[in-house]
Amino acid sequence: MLIRQPSDILPSEITPQSVFLNRRQFMLAGTSALLLTGEAMAGLNAKPSALSVKESPNSLKQITTYNNYYEFGTDKGDPALYAGQLKTKPWQIVVNGEVGQSRTYSIDDLLKVAALEERIYRLRCVEGWSMVIPWVGIPLASVLKQVNPTSKAKFVAFETLNDPKQMPGQRSRVLEWPYREGLRIDEAMHPLTILAVGLYGEVLPNQNGAPVRLVVPWKYGFKSIKSVVGIRLQEQQPTTSWQQSAPNEYGFYSNVNPDVPHPRWSQAKERRIGEFLKRDTLPFNGYGPQVASMYQGMDLRKFF
Amino acid sequence: MQRIMNEGLKPIPLLLRDRLKGFLPRPTKVLLLIAGLLPLARSLVLSLEAVNPIEFFTRSTGTWALVALLLTLSITPLRQLTGYSRLIDYRRMLGLFTFFYAFLHFMTYLWLDQFFDWSAIGQDILKRPFITVGFAAFVLLIPLAVTSTKGWMRRLKRNWSRLHRLVYVIAILGVVHYLWLVKADLTTPAIYAAVLAVLLGWRVLRYWRGRRDQAPANG
Repeated sequence: MLIRQPSDILPSEITPQSVFLNRRQFMLAGTSALLLTGEAMAGLNAKPSALSVKESPNSLKQITTYNNYYEFGTDKGDPALYAGQLKTKPWQIVVNGEVGQSRTYSIDDLLKVAALEERIYRLRCVEGWSMVIPWVGIPLASVLKQVNPTSKAKFVAFETLNDPKQMPGQRSRVLEWPYREGLRIDEAMHPLTILAVGLYGEVLPNQNGAPVRLVVPWKYGFKSIKSVVGIRLQEQQPTTSWQQSAPNEYGFYSNVNPDVPHPRWSQAKERRIGEFLKRDTLPFNGYGPQVASMYQGMDLRKFF
Repeated sequence: MQRIMNEGLKPIPLLLRDRLKGFLPRPTKVLLLIAGLLPLARSLVLSLEAVNPIEFFTRSTGTWALVALLLTLSITPLRQLTGYSRLIDYRRMLGLFTFFYAFLHFMTYLWLDQFFDWSAIGQDILKRPFITVGFAAFVLLIPLAVTSTKGWMRRLKRNWSRLHRLVYVIAILGVVHYLWLVKADLTTPAIYAAVLAVLLGWRVLRYWRGRRDQAPANG
């Protein structure tokens, strides 16, 4: 005979499945809420986004001590050591070029453009390693729409601060300073493309590109330019710092592509920081379903 | 002194310490052995706390292989400069440390980095010039390590030094390997290249002078 026993767990005690599935965001939301109550804490109130990946993020230590930010030195430990001296307040970003009206934004202005979202994105470095990073930011499109791009705005050029006094790496000419990057206008307007101002629910650390940086998750990390001071909409394709440095190695597009090797190393696999075995690199860093259509009919070997 | 005074007379039995001398390594060699292992200990400790331990260990062992190689190559110029000929006693160990660190470097790549993905490794060796030259340097080090013993020196006679001239090729390949893997900042590999240029330049200069001095004076 089957004896039915009532379950000891009350239905009210069971975590709803939706909350369970979003437990990381739930935890993060809790932390940010807690942080906001403390006055001195620089917590950002960011809402979770459906565009976040479900993978677990790398630790804050990993994300903030292993950085390529040549303005502070070419060793990956340099930015954490030297970026502290960068003055991120006050800060101005000039948005101009082929626009209805140019505008200059302070960080506070930017925060009013759109509600902050947490975007947990994969980041694939051109060197063959990757991380998962919980950024906080706003869609770049929300800023670009405010300045009314003209019909001639085919590309967007970005520029980092140029100040060797604050950025000791700029005293040696490892790259052409200021650091420059660029996107096609449709890439810049894509919902995945964000201007990030935070990390792990708090203000972006300097070594990660404070006060504001670009994040384009389907492209190699160097496209996601840091400490941006200039955004220019223009008709011609901009030249980027890495293109100037080695045009045969770093193309304008630099979409993550396991089938197009860097001339000096393979891009087929990557080491996720914290993992032992390498994993396969995915086309467009796994964002193919959202972005591949932008490149339809393009020879991605030619436009690497 | 005693032996010199007794020269020509019946031999005085050697003290135990003197007899053991042939078997026991000199304290300086033991010190060198320990010193040579310190970089490995350091690399292991630092790798454990590194964000990317495999990358750190690969780079570190590669760096120390190059350092040991340049130290090996500096023995001859130092002897010639200082006249301290016993420095030669330390060259073999430095050469073997070069092989030791190069072996660790190569095994880290094979095992920890590529995890024996032979097709990826093969492609790397064929298609990526910096890996091609690094691999060539490692392969060329093997015969030098194998023939580093006194027995092989005897067996190979004059060919031994001919064979071991490969070390110059290996050093150039090693430095090129480093130069080619760097993304933009060539400072550190350029320092290694400069040191190697001095060490090789010294030899070329000596060879050149030697020939000039031997050449008949034609007025």
